[in-house]
Amino acid sequence: MRLLAYFRSLAARLFHRFQIEADMEEELRSHIQHRADDLERSGLARAQAERRARIEFGGQERFKEEVREEFGAHFIDVLIQDVRFSLRVLRKSPGFTSIAVATLALAIGANAVVFGVLNGLILRPLNVPNAESLYGIEHGNEHNMWESYPDYVDLRDRNRSFDGLAAFNIDQVGLDSGDNPSRAWIDTVTGNYFDVLGIQPYLGRFFHTEDEHGPNSAPYIVLGHDYWHTHFQDDRGVVGRTVRVNKHPFTIIGVAPPGFHGTLLPAVPDFFVPIVNQQQVEGQNTLNVRRTHSLFMTIGHLKAGVTPAQAQADLNSIGAYLEKTYPLDHGSTTFVLARPSLYGNLLGGPMRAFMAGLMLLAGLILLAACANLGSLFAARASDRSREVALRLALGASRNRILRQLLTEALLISLAGGALGLWGSVALLQGLSVWHPIPKYPMGVPVSPDANVYLIALVLALVSGLLFGIVPVRQVLRANPYQIVKAGPSGAVGRRITLRDLLLVVQITICGVLVTSSMVAVRGLMRSMHSNFGFDPQNAMLITTDLNMSGYTGDQVPTTQKGMIDVVGMIPGVKSVGYIGRAPLGGGGFASIIFTDQMTDLRPSNAVATAERFHISPEFLHAAGTILLAGRDFSWHDDKESPRVALVNREFAGKIFGSTMNAVGGHFKLRDGTRIQVVGVVEDGKYQSLTEDPQPALFVPVLQMPMSETCLVVRSTRDPQQLATAIQSAIRGLDPGLPIFIEPWNQQLNLALFPSRVATVSLGVLGMMGAMLSITGIFGMAAYSVSRRLKELGIRVAIGAQPKEILQAALGRAIKLLAIGSGAGLILGMLATRVLASIVYQATPRDPLVLGGVVVAMLLLGLLATWIPAQRALAVDPLTLLREE
Amino acid sequence: MNDQAQLLPGTLDLLILRAVSLGPMHGYGVLLRIGQISANALLIEQGALYPGLFRLVRQGLLKASWGTSENNRRAKFYELTAAGRKRLREETDNWNRLASAIAAALSVQPEEV
Repeated sequence: MRLLAYFRSLAARLFHRFQIEADMEEELRSHIQHRADDLERSGLARAQAERRARIEFGGQERFKEEVREEFGAHFIDVLIQDVRFSLRVLRKSPGFTSIAVATLALAIGANAVVFGVLNGLILRPLNVPNAESLYGIEHGNEHNMWESYPDYVDLRDRNRSFDGLAAFNIDQVGLDSGDNPSRAWIDTVTGNYFDVLGIQPYLGRFFHTEDEHGPNSAPYIVLGHDYWHTHFQDDRGVVGRTVRVNKHPFTIIGVAPPGFHGTLLPAVPDFFVPIVNQQQVEGQNTLNVRRTHSLFMTIGHLKAGVTPAQAQADLNSIGAYLEKTYPLDHGSTTFVLARPSLYGNLLGGPMRAFMAGLMLLAGLILLAACANLGSLFAARASDRSREVALRLALGASRNRILRQLLTEALLISLAGGALGLWGSVALLQGLSVWHPIPKYPMGVPVSPDANVYLIALVLALVSGLLFGIVPVRQVLRANPYQIVKAGPSGAVGRRITLRDLLLVVQITICGVLVTSSMVAVRGLMRSMHSNFGFDPQNAMLITTDLNMSGYTGDQVPTTQKGMIDVVGMIPGVKSVGYIGRAPLGGGGFASIIFTDQMTDLRPSNAVATAERFHISPEFLHAAGTILLAGRDFSWHDDKESPRVALVNREFAGKIFGSTMNAVGGHFKLRDGTRIQVVGVVEDGKYQSLTEDPQPALFVPVLQMPMSETCLVVRSTRDPQQLATAIQSAIRGLDPGLPIFIEPWNQQLNLALFPSRVATVSLGVLGMMGAMLSITGIFGMAAYSVSRRLKELGIRVAIGAQPKEILQAALGRAIKLLAIGSGAGLILGMLATRVLASIVYQATPRDPLVLGGVVVAMLLLGLLATWIPAQRALAVDPLTLLREE
Repeated sequence: MNDQAQLLPGTLDLLILRAVSLGPMHGYGVLLRIGQISANALLIEQGALYPGLFRLVRQGLLKASWGTSENNRRAKFYELTAAGRKRLREETDNWNRLASAIAAALSVQPEEV
């Protein structure tokens, strides 16, 4: 309504304006008539008298304009005039306009996309009330949040800083809602989870602390809104229905509100189950074991008025208590607060650094685009100096001219911004529904919100002003009489101009981008061909959890053996091996290692923490892991025989001094188990591609059974066919067991994901930077050639050689290119230090990278100066001199 | 004509007010009246009058209405408002003070200092 009123008043004002114009027109006419009457009376003929009167009156338009100014010309009127005029001008040079709009659209689009991701992943708080006071509790010495349930209870009950502490773990379960059992990713949460977060159900009810009465006492499910939508078709009757989770009956009691995706970005849980039912969900109950860290994260809202530092001190005093009371279970126990959404500092740290870097680069791209457009505008302004001079001479004020030029710039930037925003919104929406890693419920919640639109608008306006003011000084200094008299000036500036500086800055930015994208690409290539400690080529992974089909106890190893046997019989399968969870598959298990001589098994006396893998015989063969010394496991390494293990070279070196010493040696686990090393295998990558060599320990699954299952199938058969064969073989064994089959390469996507994202985004930005530099250098070279055609013509006429002509025409552009590339290369090498934490082995000290950058910049320069060079060489002095 | 004096900035408004104070008048009439009362000693571009008239109307010192002139033509007539009259008085006093001060200053003889 208020908008309507505004428009009505605007219309009234415009109408009023119209009246005044008519009024003024009539008054001036009346004046001239009166004067003519007088002149007529003095003896002139009427026609002559009127002519005289008009001449005496002077420039009508000028006075009208002055009157308008007196009247206080309304801002909008002038704006409309300027916009109309600018549109006309821009339409007259479609090439210039479209290049400018496209450049800005790309630059602003890139910024909007990067900002959208930054906004969705980092800036936007979790979708819970008072998200700013929500913290996760991270261990001070290692960046993870794993907690044992008894420790969680102590933290929850002893702290004085939080309104309440909740905790959750992430699990995969088999959900059977009547038809085909399927795998689902869930959060197992403490009973107070929803109350601590302070959210309300969308449908039905949530479970609460009062629902927990010991193990398996709360078989309830709260569905995530998305899962309810995709798997239950928004059926409101779902509340109260009983479904089977890992074959156990659970009742659906409610649906979480839309937009609530748990508290760990970017994972999206399908539903929530109380953690007291851990035994049914995970197959074992560890809630009373203080040394088993079965809780993924502990979160809570700080009490009003409590600062994070106070809370940290409070938690550390509880840590000291735990350390003292349970010395066997705790090493040094300190805590820090971290944002829960990106798993605190572990994932969030590098992610934030990378996104900030990316945002900076995108900003630099926009700056480069502005520099580019600024010099384009300056060039245009000097070409238009005659027009401007004419307008000045006709009585236009410099203010009006500047205002109009700025309007032109803003029109272009707004058009570019709108176009860029449109593109980026499409891209962001695509990203939001993208599941980068099919195995995990990961979403990238980056759908654009008001912030993104606002940023795009602000960027458009700011960049419009930025490149719009470049020609201002030029216009202000313009002397109409000189310019109109002299025609296009032939003066060539020899000193360093603003435009030169802009160009160098722009090439530098491009150099930074090209360098860092090359470093990233090289790093990615290297990491794809580096030694993982296994061979992912020609291998398939079958992942499942026997728990999902309700297997327990001795059934588990028997079923696993059965699976290995049936899959091994498939034609074309060379070998099959079992591993609990594949390395680089996300998460893992660790063991604290003590030397054989150690008797006081408190964590502070440990010699190492080793990655632990549960494997079957044949695994090494199937995975392609090389056995360096000793022997592989056999099916006789079972519960009846002495405990044995394989270790990797790092482990052997760290604990036994050398590979040779390790075989036959012993070490101890935390529970005192004495284990003999029977073999040593090569080192590998276990958690991430960028990690340093980690000690690893392989134990026979028969001695440490585990329901989580991953079969490595080595075969050269077509993956598709093989998958079908595997599917039917497993179905023959247990039709109700949900399994997930994928080539090992594909599973590595998870590990490669960060470096891929980094490489692609840097590559795209690098391309954009290169494009901008090409147009920038091209623009400058072409402009300088066209301005100096006459001079070049004279040079040719007096016998200059092509080489000299080129030097005269393009020397400056080339020099700027060289300076910019050099600076870009150096800055780029500095910038890639950040990259090293994301992309494996990203180092700029690589001759290929350095050479690549130099070649790329040379190519870029060649490409950009080719056409201007041709034009300079084709100068025909005769034609030129005849023209003027 | 060449011995006409350029107007000092700001004085046109004062002249217009004075001219109109002698009776309601249209734009051309104001111009003639200024010429008459200043004995044609001042150079005023004809068109330059109108921005001044509009300005005074906007400031509420003059009010305008359409009527018929002595030539039987439609014309816009201006007359002084109360505020206009007050302003004319003030500005006249100001001007006189300024003029006599400057005249006194300029007529000082060397021996008088």
